[in-house]
Amino acid sequence: MIEYENVLTTCPYCGTGCALHLQVLDNTLVGVLPAKNHVVSEGGLCIKGWNAHAFVNHPDRLKKPLIRKKGKLEEATWDEALKLVADKLGEFKTKSGPDSIAFLTSAKCTNEENYLLQKFARAVIGTNNIDHCARL
Amino acid sequence: MTDRLTSLRETIDKVLPEVDGVLALRSGPGGIVSPYLFSKEHPEELAKQAIWPKEPVPDTLKIILRAHPDAKLAIVCRGCEERGIVEMFKHAQLNLNNVTLIGLQCEQDEAEFCRCAKPFTVHAKTIVGQPIEGVPDPLTEKIAAMSQPEKLAFWKQEFEHCIKCYGCRTICPQCFCNICALEDEKWVETGRLPMANPSMYHLVRAMHMTAKCVACRECEETCPAGIPMAVQFRLIARDVKEMFNYEPGAVMEQKPPQLLVLEEGEYERTGLPH
Repeated sequence: MIEYENVLTTCPYCGTGCALHLQVLDNTLVGVLPAKNHVVSEGGLCIKGWNAHAFVNHPDRLKKPLIRKKGKLEEATWDEALKLVADKLGEFKTKSGPDSIAFLTSAKCTNEENYLLQKFARAVIGTNNIDHCARL
Repeated sequence: MTDRLTSLRETIDKVLPEVDGVLALRSGPGGIVSPYLFSKEHPEELAKQAIWPKEPVPDTLKIILRAHPDAKLAIVCRGCEERGIVEMFKHAQLNLNNVTLIGLQCEQDEAEFCRCAKPFTVHAKTIVGQPIEGVPDPLTEKIAAMSQPEKLAFWKQEFEHCIKCYGCRTICPQCFCNICALEDEKWVETGRLPMANPSMYHLVRAMHMTAKCVACRECEETCPAGIPMAVQFRLIARDVKEMFNYEPGAVMEQKPPQLLVLEEGEYERTGLPH
């Protein structure tokens, strides 16, 4: 049995919110089609949207956190990675004060995730150093 | 519109038992339409059939046939899509042996939206809707009537809006080269926007569309900058018709000029400079 369908989703690359279809053939992602009658993108996409499927099954995609040990990146568990980040953030805050730390959010995140990061920066760390990848 | 959708549903119901799937349009979440392969195994999807907006279905057919060369498929296609499929067949992009064409005839408003000269199918044996006459293309006529410097100024200004999304190239059912000239640094510089010379991208593409463009306007529809690029292809198509008596997608047996070797004396007849 042959199965082909288009799955409607939102482009993951920036905050514009263009709609796109992921072309799925026999349960495998094969491409992208724009969504013509969608109010935001009206059938258009930029070059990133047109290639939004490319990273999903790419061999270079990171699936596990990496920790640099002796100059070399090594695979780690999420618990290990998060503990390292928490320890370091705490250490820097105690040693050099909260304003020694800055946070950069991402257009690939949702509104809610971006809100959480600024909340974390302000309420947990205690700094207003929060900015966005578009201004990097 | 409803009448045509009803008769399309009836036609698909009739064809479905004889094939592995029928490629047509389905209305998804929020009424967003996309190509879908209807099958006997999922009869519940049949109620979600849609007609408009049209989608680049010839390319979808190619994707499915590449993975399933022996599949017996039917496809609901409009005039332009049928021409696209025929032209892809002539360029060995897909095999039509096991493909049933269901010709969906466009209605007046759809033809006017596309400024379409041929909003009807000519090859499909099964037809849905009544064929209508082609409509005029005021935009193409307006640009055709311009002087050379006016044309140059018009296109230069249009091309400057290009955001280099490659959407026109990607969505085009006739753009199927494995190695694309537009990805060659020699012609199109990477990493810069706006392009240093946007005309290069668009004119290279225009030349590559010669005797191939089937006037489906998918490129114009997907262009975020609203460049009326199909106009170029339509004007080139007039020259191709005059020089080679060739219309993409019209006659199944007629070889496209790119695949012909001209005999002695024939070259003169084309009127091309020596």
